[in-house]
Amino acid sequence: MCALCGVLGGKDHWTEPLHREGNYVRFSDPAARRRERARRIAEANVIVGQFGLTLSDWQADAYVLATRTGKSEIVVDLAALWPTAEKLAGRRIDPLDPSTLERRERANG
Amino acid sequence: MVDNGAPAFTPVNLITGFLGSGKTTLLNRMLRSPRLADTAVLINEFGEVGLDHELIERIDENTVLLQSGCLCCTIRGELADAIKALHSRRARGEVPLYRRLLIESTGLADPLPILTTIAADPSLRHHYRLGVVVATVDAVNGMSQLDSQPESRKQAAVADRLVLTKTDIAEAGETDLLLARLRRLNPSAPVRYAVDPALDPSALIGDDLFDLEAKSREVALWFDEAFAQAGHAHHAHHRHDPNRHGDDIRAFAFSLDAPINWIAFGLWLSMLLNRHGESVLRVKGLLALEGETAPVAIHAVQQLVHAPTHLPRWPSSDRRTRLVFIARGLDEAMVRRSFAAFVLGPTANARRA
Repeated sequence: MCALCGVLGGKDHWTEPLHREGNYVRFSDPAARRRERARRIAEANVIVGQFGLTLSDWQADAYVLATRTGKSEIVVDLAALWPTAEKLAGRRIDPLDPSTLERRERANG
Repeated sequence: MVDNGAPAFTPVNLITGFLGSGKTTLLNRMLRSPRLADTAVLINEFGEVGLDHELIERIDENTVLLQSGCLCCTIRGELADAIKALHSRRARGEVPLYRRLLIESTGLADPLPILTTIAADPSLRHHYRLGVVVATVDAVNGMSQLDSQPESRKQAAVADRLVLTKTDIAEAGETDLLLARLRRLNPSAPVRYAVDPALDPSALIGDDLFDLEAKSREVALWFDEAFAQAGHAHHAHHRHDPNRHGDDIRAFAFSLDAPINWIAFGLWLSMLLNRHGESVLRVKGLLALEGETAPVAIHAVQQLVHAPTHLPRWPSSDRRTRLVFIARGLDEAMVRRSFAAFVLGPTANARRA
């Protein structure tokens, strides 16, 4: 485990923070949180799809990342998503890479 | 607050600065302030300027002397252990109740491992949070230290407050050049002068982002100077040598008029930090989000992003999203293009949908 990811430190990624005084928590309502989660998965699939991967929900608690051949791994949050996606895809996922950017820009229209 | 009156999250502040730049002198001044009486201090060596004897007596129970010579990544465990030991003693009432920690690092230390220890340690992160990083820079020797010592540049770049010391014995022109260089390196940190009689040392760590009452004011400070600098850099674009020191660490800032999408931003920043976190010393942002009326502040040190905080209101009439990056070797144009492609792209698509 990468100490910096804090994966073993419990699920408390900054994009889905725990309720604490002053924290920005986008939705406290469970249904709205589920909708937000579904949108996050859809949006992440646009990115990981470029690398032949798909992300799906795992019991509304974690995510499953899979290759086209069905190899899959559970990821607990976005900190774990990217290193796992790079491992499964066998290549770097770099948002500053010119070819990655060009494909994204074309997809955006 | 927990039962014994300790804060739910005790802030951990750091004083850094190169050898002989006046860290201990500043620490001494801070500890004399009644406002900081409830501060526990962790120091990892006694420097040439010893802490005032009487003061050591007074703070002794709350002072932890770390044994290793250098407070850097090799002794992360020791730092975490020292904080945990102090925490247990506070819980048992064996030390006076402290409400904040102050770590004085050695002059040669890279401050980042200290910050990541506090933010990433699984047990510390539930009781402690990062406070403020104060960096002292010596007006006489600071320029040459920034030239020759990468740690010195890192210390200045990650600071939340810069304190210029020895300006009374430096040439006025030298101080101005140093100030301009620090501004380029870290435009989001306010600069204070140690010799200024009006300087309240306790105020250096009194207000921070996570202090709910102070945070609007704090966030406003991040951007005022950053954008003034961005304008200045643009203005100076046609000069021959706007950055003659060729610092490897650079700050850049950008702003956006339209609200951004939180999901797209989270995916993009986490993806960027996964691949380039080592190069990103700090990211500070004030975000106007779709579906929100008040701004959200985000704050990252390398791969570590603090839980975003919701500000009660905008700090000024400027309601644009603003982001400041302090990074080493990142191409500003590519970061902007990537932000546009990954964050603004899907937002624009969603609007059309």
